[in-house]
Amino acid sequence: MLDSLFIYRRFLAVSLRAQMQYKASFLMQLGGRLIITAGEFMAILVLFDRFDSLIGWNVYQVAFIYGIVNISFAVADAMTTGFDLFGDMVKTGDFDRILIRPRSTALQLAGQELTLRRISRLTPGLVALTWAAMNLDLNWTFANASLLMVSVAGGASLFAGLIVLQATLAFWTTETLEMMNTLTYGGVETTQYPINIYRPWFRNFFTFGIPLATVSYFPALAIMGTPDPLGTPLWFQYIAPAIGIAFLIGSLQVWRIGVRHYLSTGS
Amino acid sequence: MISYWAIVSARFRSLLQYRSAALAGLVTQIVWGMIRVMIFQAFYSSTNAEQPMDGSDVETYIWLGQAFLAALPWNIDTDLRSLIRSGGIGYELIRPVDLYTYWLSRALSWRTAPMVMRAIPLLIFAFVVMGMSPPVSWAAAAAFFVSMCAAILLSSAITTFLNVTMLWTITGDGVTQMTFGLVLIFSGMLVPLPLYPDWSQPIINAMPFRGLVDTPYRLYLGHIPVSEFAGVLAHQLVWILAFIVAGRLAMARALRRVVVQGG
Repeated sequence: MLDSLFIYRRFLAVSLRAQMQYKASFLMQLGGRLIITAGEFMAILVLFDRFDSLIGWNVYQVAFIYGIVNISFAVADAMTTGFDLFGDMVKTGDFDRILIRPRSTALQLAGQELTLRRISRLTPGLVALTWAAMNLDLNWTFANASLLMVSVAGGASLFAGLIVLQATLAFWTTETLEMMNTLTYGGVETTQYPINIYRPWFRNFFTFGIPLATVSYFPALAIMGTPDPLGTPLWFQYIAPAIGIAFLIGSLQVWRIGVRHYLSTGS
Repeated sequence: MISYWAIVSARFRSLLQYRSAALAGLVTQIVWGMIRVMIFQAFYSSTNAEQPMDGSDVETYIWLGQAFLAALPWNIDTDLRSLIRSGGIGYELIRPVDLYTYWLSRALSWRTAPMVMRAIPLLIFAFVVMGMSPPVSWAAAAAFFVSMCAAILLSSAITTFLNVTMLWTITGDGVTQMTFGLVLIFSGMLVPLPLYPDWSQPIINAMPFRGLVDTPYRLYLGHIPVSEFAGVLAHQLVWILAFIVAGRLAMARALRRVVVQGG
């Protein structure tokens, strides 16, 4: 286990060094990403400036939820770049090389590449969360602080699980299904606003189907001390993030089944 | 002229081949449109105050945005990039056509073909299922059509400018991402421009990006009356011209000291 972590760190260090070779291009890409993600957050501020409230939510509460969701996604996204590239590896047969190395396939793919520009997604999330936390008058008990951590971990696990599942499909289809991006990116777009603003069928999909709202929205309510307009009990809000971790474990099991079914396409 | 038309149509036909990608894009954009519509509906239901744009207009604006998303200058021509990387750009230079016009023609089909493939089914869906409203009048429809053509030309001129910067940077990713960020924010894709704070309106209106999204859509809605059509079209044309001149100058400079890679 410790040995695996060590190797994972080595993988990441190599990847970072490689990216820093193209400094100008890297900096511009980083700048571009920042403009796009900052623009998304600015959109929320613009709308609150016009409308004052979002069915009872104020801008700080929305920013708090926005922060949790975007940090979760940024963490998941940075850790799973290898799975994003996986479709191409299957097509070219490069995945064979990974199979013959004496380490788990999931670990190798996770350490494939840590793209710095993906980390730029973290910035707006962190800024939003900090700004919201300063204005919300939160009660930083130990329970609340750990719930925030667990919520981010649960969210990141759930997003990572989705990305792993998407890659797993490539074992059978030999290409990644772009449509699955609707779930991940669409999930971010959806759950960065409080889930109760959506129509019931849509809300249920992201609460029970793909529980992205469950792992971020409910714990956020518990931390902010806001009663849920949907009426969930407090204990549920505390255990909700565990669903994300369970989802990731499940996805990795499916991934293993996929690896066993893998037939190389290379020559 | 005939040769440029041939470039446009050949490229158009080859781009129409990617149908499964188009289907995936279609589903994504329908879901995206629905999410955004629900968010705006929630905001509109939270207030009784008069807004600079009605809720139903915003919904139509969002669907138009999803339908014509592919017309935005969001990426660079990857074929040209591999030509620059491999040295194949040398062949481009010896073609008996004006290189800038040739690239602009490529960009025009690159912006139009994927857009047409997505726009038609998406608009049908939005009209039939989501209750999107038609243009307010025939005059508005005509103004929308002309202004949308100008929007595509503007997008192609910006794309060509980005393609030209590749002669320096080789990858072009950085410049493109930064430009696309500005496009998203200041064209109306993220938030319809009339909803931005009043103090920012003059600045936003002067920038080129509204000509990509906001101008044609508001003509469609009648939010910009047909009587102001000439003025907003002139704004689009001036910026098209500016990007063409900038692209030509940059290209001329780059070609004076071009280094053909490969060999």
